[in-house]
Amino acid sequence: MGGSSPCASCKLLRRRCAKDCIFAPYFPSDDPHKFAIVHKVFGASNVSKMLQELPVHQRADAVSSLVYEANARVRDPVYGCVGAISFLQNQVSQLEMQLAVAQAEILCIQMQQEPNLPTHQIDQVDKSLLLSTNNFDDNNIPQYLSFASSSNVIQDPLKRESLWT
Amino acid sequence: MSHSTRCAACKSLRRRCPKDCVLAPYFPPTNPQRFACVHKIFGASNTTKMLEQLPLHLRAVAADCMSFEASSRVEDPVYGTVGIISQLQEQIIEAQSELVKTKSEIAFHNAQQQLQQQQMQQLQMINAIAQEGEDWP
Repeated sequence: MGGSSPCASCKLLRRRCAKDCIFAPYFPSDDPHKFAIVHKVFGASNVSKMLQELPVHQRADAVSSLVYEANARVRDPVYGCVGAISFLQNQVSQLEMQLAVAQAEILCIQMQQEPNLPTHQIDQVDKSLLLSTNNFDDNNIPQYLSFASSSNVIQDPLKRESLWT
Repeated sequence: MSHSTRCAACKSLRRRCPKDCVLAPYFPPTNPQRFACVHKIFGASNTTKMLEQLPLHLRAVAADCMSFEASSRVEDPVYGTVGIISQLQEQIIEAQSELVKTKSEIAFHNAQQQLQQQQMQQLQMINAIAQEGEDWP
């Protein structure tokens, strides 16, 4: 259409921005850095293919996560997002250990107060002492992640909004 | 001079695998799926560029991480590794909440115990004083 400016992708790629440009809704011309970084890490052609394979209502989230991953990889060219995963996994492990210690303390207190605690109650408390199984075994996170730890990527682990910068 | 067996990358790209192939050490022919994911998500050229920019001793780890990111993205085309990060953040919030709850239970029990001890001590003092009063004519 005459008059409308090309999206950031078409500007960078120096091509005509078609009316049905797949990038245009997600890479506005006022934020050239967003596409530049995704193009640098993944390549425009790969991003286009990935978006084409997704239903329209999921593409915005996909772009946001690609931008996040691309930023992570530029900030940390060795570990990228995997550094953040390792860091968070360590946090989860530490918290689970602290929780187990605290629950053991509760158990001691309860046993001191009620030495004749019925068996089935003891069993239930024992179950809570078991560290929760790693929910991410199914994701096959490699072993070496326990050594790699980089907090370069996470701005604030508790604020999920920071994922979508 | 080239490798006697082409690496997974060169096999996939149908080219000769030179002795100094950047990708060969990290994408062996025994695991074609590993390169296939990386090729699909990052592209062979980007992968090569990113590895070339790193010192040799860091390339193996970088290749592993890129391989993990690529396979995560293939499994979850919308969120990739960001989905895993989100799940971990949720786990952290839940664990922290549980820990706060458990610690406050412990604090409550300890406070109760302290109060009971103080009350016992006070009772003992009162009994001692009462006993003294009886002993004196």
